[in-house]
Amino acid sequence: MKFEQFNDDIVKKFTMATIIWGIIGMLVGVFIAAQLAWPALNFDIPFLTFSRLRPLHTNAVIFAFGGNALIGTSFYVVYRTCKANLFAPKLASFVFWGYQLVIVGAVLTLPFGYTQSREYAELIWPIDVFLTLVWVAYAVVYFGTIVKRQEKHIYVANWFYSAFIITIALLHIVNNLQIPVNWHLSYSVYPGAVDALVQWWYGHNAVGFFLTAGFLGMMYYFIPKQVGKPVYSYRLSIVHFWALISSYMWAGPHHLQYTSLPDWAQSVGMVFSLILLAPSWGGMINGIMTLSGAWHKLRDDPIIKLMIVSLSFYGMSTFEGPMMAIKTVNALSHYTDWTIGHVHSGALGWVALITVGSIYVLIPKLWKKEAMYSTSLINVHFWIATLGIVLYIASMWIAGVMQGLMWRDINADGTVVYSFAESVKATYPYYVARMLGGLLFLGGMFVMAYNIVMTLRSKGDAKPLVGEAA
Amino acid sequence: MIEHSKIEKNIGLMGVLIAIVVSMAGIAEIIPLMFQTSVIEAHPNLKPYTALELAGRDVYISEGCYNCHSQQIRPFVDETLRYGHYSQANEFVYDRPFQWGSKRTGPDLHRVGGKYSDEWHEYHLMDPRSVVPESNMPGYPWLAEDLVDAEQTAAGMKVLHDWFDHPYTDEQLASAKADIEGKTKLEAVIAYLQVLGTTIPRSYK
Repeated sequence: MKFEQFNDDIVKKFTMATIIWGIIGMLVGVFIAAQLAWPALNFDIPFLTFSRLRPLHTNAVIFAFGGNALIGTSFYVVYRTCKANLFAPKLASFVFWGYQLVIVGAVLTLPFGYTQSREYAELIWPIDVFLTLVWVAYAVVYFGTIVKRQEKHIYVANWFYSAFIITIALLHIVNNLQIPVNWHLSYSVYPGAVDALVQWWYGHNAVGFFLTAGFLGMMYYFIPKQVGKPVYSYRLSIVHFWALISSYMWAGPHHLQYTSLPDWAQSVGMVFSLILLAPSWGGMINGIMTLSGAWHKLRDDPIIKLMIVSLSFYGMSTFEGPMMAIKTVNALSHYTDWTIGHVHSGALGWVALITVGSIYVLIPKLWKKEAMYSTSLINVHFWIATLGIVLYIASMWIAGVMQGLMWRDINADGTVVYSFAESVKATYPYYVARMLGGLLFLGGMFVMAYNIVMTLRSKGDAKPLVGEAA
Repeated sequence: MIEHSKIEKNIGLMGVLIAIVVSMAGIAEIIPLMFQTSVIEAHPNLKPYTALELAGRDVYISEGCYNCHSQQIRPFVDETLRYGHYSQANEFVYDRPFQWGSKRTGPDLHRVGGKYSDEWHEYHLMDPRSVVPESNMPGYPWLAEDLVDAEQTAAGMKVLHDWFDHPYTDEQLASAKADIEGKTKLEAVIAYLQVLGTTIPRSYK
């Protein structure tokens, strides 16, 4: 009994951490978005400056919001689908508190100029070492639970979480090989161009395994659960799982098209990016088609709406990604705000929406309530979040294509038409629109937080324990 | 198809297969690159960063300049017109970590060395809009007050020399600390900016 309580308690902690860090990370995002439109907003204070806060924003939303969501739901999914208590509960608690400590470490270092400058791996080496320990502990708890499972088959969601855990360990270690100079500074073991490839092999697969494989694990549990139907195609799960994890790793060099990275590596990266479209859409189709025969649920269950729209954004960004990896398209899109738009259609549209959808399923289950406090507030959340995303990505698309076209415009006499500063000047209105889009999305998070608080305070307990006083 | 249910019932087998499948790309892409001469051998004109330049580079990293500035000129007409000769891999072998960046909220900086005067950079870093009215770059006035960490730079040069064979002379290593003691971060980062990309002349055809 005590053990069973523990399983839920640890997931509760991760769920709360997800919501709190999500709001903080997105708040920082809105603030730095405003700084791009009104640069004086750093007030000449070092730790409030865009270039120091942008890594804090990316780390907070990817690793604090996304990471807590992934670890929490993976624990929930693994003990439920394995019909076994979590292995090594003390270690699981260490995973929670250790992971929060890493995040606090990020908050205390990045804004103060302690960074490795490797995108999405900015954390300095002592934090990297500690994170490795936490991750190993996480793997022990997770795989330990699978080992002692009561079910013969390992459920498909766990394949994806497994690939996520194993691959992130590999990526984290290889990308952070450094020789320390002092307690905070270290130099990479890879020289220039090799360093660039290693970093983007990591960077791309942080997207592939943290933001994709992990969240597909979440999708494979929570969508069938909420819809009340089994996954559409077992065979498709198998094929797209292995195809996805094997092709993702090759696509990193598409972040370095037309750079000094040798051409052969760029071409390999582009080819595998195009291949990647198929397994990505395999996952989307498998998720959406789980609804077949129950489409009417889209009408009255906003949670399912959140999940299906999230899969639609997933399908859209995994079409856009391979397209942007084509060298001729990349020549226009690279270095522009189009990339930022692309990332956010994945991060807000796919990752954040599937997460909040899952949180809406989890909250009443974990706290033993009948349902969320307000279904119409979930609907409100759905609409302002979706509007926010559309405003965000549309403004960044327009800005990005505009920048790309302005930069490459050549006069008849062979001089450039626009100075760089002119392209900055033309972008200001879009930076304002993007900030408003982000603000809307953040507003949705506050609606969710309110709804959750009201749910926890409500008295509608689902199953009152026998013998307990009313 | 081999029976997938075998893998589904054996987490050890599944874990090993995942590890094999995800390792292949790194083996095929990264390891050959580590031995490709054009990538790992320095351009004949390339020199390792001096103490002041290296200190400036660490300031550049610490302030997060790479978030908005690339250091990678692509081989396109407009880029070579705007920024100078396209970037070559052998210009970056002393860059640990690399600073190619991924976004140009501001312009590329790979060949900014020599493009502006030191004084222009000073004004620009203190208050960017005093010299570029359209700029949305934040000001970095504290750089003029903060001093570089001379001890750290000296230790850094030693790491680069001992571990990675960056060709520093014994004199350079010995005098590193004294060379930059008392210099501001502003002086250091300008020294770094002024050496960027100067291995190949901007106008080189």
